[in-house]
Amino acid sequence: MAPLLTLSRLIDRLSEWVGRWVAWLVLAAVLISAGNAIVRKVFDQSSNGLLEIQWYLFAAVFLLAAGYTLLRQEHVKIDVIAGRFSKRTQIWIDIVGICVFLLPFVVVVIDLSLPLVVRAFNMHEMSNNAGGLVRWPVFALLPLGFFLLGLQGISELIKRFAFLRGLVPDPTQRHVAKTAEEELAEYVRLQAEKAGRA
Amino acid sequence: MMQFITSNMAPIMFGSLIVFLLYGYSVAFSLAACGLLFGLIGIELGLLPEALMQALPLRIFGIMQNDTLLAIPFFTFMGLILERSGMAEDLLDTIGQLFGPIRGGLGYAVIMVGAMLAATTGVVAASVISMGLISLPIMLRYGYDRRVASGVIAASGTLAQIIPPSLVLIVLADQLGQSVGDLYKGAFIPGFVLTGLYMLYIFTLSVVKPQFVPALPKEARTIQESDGSAGLRSLLALAIVSTGAAVLFAKTRPESVATDELIVTSMCVGIGIAFVLSLLNRALKLKLLSNMAERVTFVLIPPLALIFLVLGTIFLGIATPTEGGAMGAVGALVMAIARRRLNLRLMRQAMDTTMKLSSFVVLILVGSTTFSLSFQAVDGAIWVEHLLTGLPGGQLGFLIVVNILIFVLAFFLDFFELAFIIVPLVGPVAAKLGIDLTWFGVLLAVNMQTSFMHPPFGFALFYLRSVAPVDDYDDKVTGRRLLKVTTGQIYRGAIPFVLIQIVMVALVIAFPKLVTGGLDKPVEVDVDKAFRELKMESRGAANDPFSNAASAPAAAPSAASSNEADRDPMKAILESMERDKPK
Repeated sequence: MAPLLTLSRLIDRLSEWVGRWVAWLVLAAVLISAGNAIVRKVFDQSSNGLLEIQWYLFAAVFLLAAGYTLLRQEHVKIDVIAGRFSKRTQIWIDIVGICVFLLPFVVVVIDLSLPLVVRAFNMHEMSNNAGGLVRWPVFALLPLGFFLLGLQGISELIKRFAFLRGLVPDPTQRHVAKTAEEELAEYVRLQAEKAGRA
Repeated sequence: MMQFITSNMAPIMFGSLIVFLLYGYSVAFSLAACGLLFGLIGIELGLLPEALMQALPLRIFGIMQNDTLLAIPFFTFMGLILERSGMAEDLLDTIGQLFGPIRGGLGYAVIMVGAMLAATTGVVAASVISMGLISLPIMLRYGYDRRVASGVIAASGTLAQIIPPSLVLIVLADQLGQSVGDLYKGAFIPGFVLTGLYMLYIFTLSVVKPQFVPALPKEARTIQESDGSAGLRSLLALAIVSTGAAVLFAKTRPESVATDELIVTSMCVGIGIAFVLSLLNRALKLKLLSNMAERVTFVLIPPLALIFLVLGTIFLGIATPTEGGAMGAVGALVMAIARRRLNLRLMRQAMDTTMKLSSFVVLILVGSTTFSLSFQAVDGAIWVEHLLTGLPGGQLGFLIVVNILIFVLAFFLDFFELAFIIVPLVGPVAAKLGIDLTWFGVLLAVNMQTSFMHPPFGFALFYLRSVAPVDDYDDKVTGRRLLKVTTGQIYRGAIPFVLIQIVMVALVIAFPKLVTGGLDKPVEVDVDKAFRELKMESRGAANDPFSNAASAPAAAPSAASSNEADRDPMKAILESMERDKPK
């Protein structure tokens, strides 16, 4: 189990690292899109390359962050029924879910999309818009993102088996510092206190 | 046995989907797995072409290129930055003081601020948390009924779902093949009618049960003149002057100007004048305006400016919703910087949350696309259509059944799941029945709003619970011991608002003008409708697994920048490539 846990820790660290950097692409997309809109209106100029880079960035965000999102337990579940079961049962639900739902899907998507990427690369496919971008990098995001997602799935699987053996703390607990909502609540409380004292 | 499966693939597949979802693993992957499983079964039974799944990566590429969905991260990011800019606190504080002294006043203030936050931040959680922490303690202090107080806060928070720029409308527009701008315009008036209904409820309470919504005593007011007067007279005068200016301006415009443009520009003039007057008053120390008048002007300016920047530009056709979202996000950043609230930590968190939300939402869409690929191939669309067109009562029967279905499902599913799973099934049927899809989308949005309020899983209730007092506590101002707010009170408080929501759904069905009146073009154009139906049909194309239509934002005519998805021959090349592949 120990080498597997090491592997799981490495994967988690990789997902964290990817998540930390990919997040900046959100800001990049916002700035490029806003800048593009202004330039389009004010100077009546528009660049297809800049328009396309926006969805390249968006695709990069949701695909590359898929594994990170899994790590953070943020792929929503319907736990109306599952929530009533014991912790162990819920862990087993996850284990079966990863093996039967997640991993096969990942394999199918990678298997089907990879040939398309290779072909686009070999044919040096371009956007048909004037000044458009080369296509293969954005196509490559699909298998790459699903590869990261699959890796994280394996790590989650290892953590769940380890938990059943009592080797690690509960992997379904969101042990990340705080959710955005908690931070907001804390912040509003602080501001209210300040205002009250003033 | 085999015979039975073969002839009933669609219903069996739909039943299995419910089982897969209730099993309790992530929705996105449950959907995908259900699609893959039945694709495989279909191929094994010889019902489906072997190359069925080859279309999957192409469909996902289609989702990646979807310009409409790009608005989701932009508006999310904007909301996350804005919620920490202090705008909500200022609004609640000032508007609360303004209306507090009348009976039910705090209730009105919460509803109005809820509507204003809805038109800017658009994040239910943020509104509910801010109001729960700022307004709820004041309401409890002065003896509001706990159920009423928590109900009005939770419900006002959910206004973010119906008042543009809401995420649910973006997703619905995408799934119904309509333009986001049209759905925004269509939802505008219903959103404000709903706000009015909430206020009507508080007003009724203030007459029937005045002890539930007491007026605040005078000492609760801190914004006042040095002589202790409230300073409402000059506020009233300012309001009259700026409204008058706006109306005058509107009268001078040529007849040809579109109504929405007229409203937006006139409002800007009025607000601008109020702002300039307040600035002059402050700079020249004229003392013409009371503290209250000044405060109200200054707290109202940032949200109204943002509303103009985002919704105004979208309504006027200056910006696409995606661009509007990006501009709004930049506007929020500028505002946060101006107020010295932006730091690296907040920035990181906003980006992180936006990224995770985008990822889980789009992956649900990827999952549901996988599902629908198989579901369409086993003629699921035809099955659903038979089921829903066979209802007695034609259009009305269909609408009633669909609304009841969504209302019930909203107890378990949140709106992303409803929009991605249910809407693609009922949308084509609605189009066939000759229902205007923009109107239909707004109707569904009003209904889905209840998914936030349904006890016990409604998100708004959940967030309110997380900030409402869980123990008895000593009030800081009065020093009195106050009771905690029980979960039961929160649940019971939501019920009247869920009922109001049902009334609103009925109103939208009874008076379609509420929605369509806000649109530029009259909706009776038959060609347009026929065209749309055609689109819907091709979206649900059952026999052509290579059809890319389901994920392409095909019918987004107003989106100026949606220049690829439709015409991109890249797809055609990929598709033909796929067909040429040796089997």
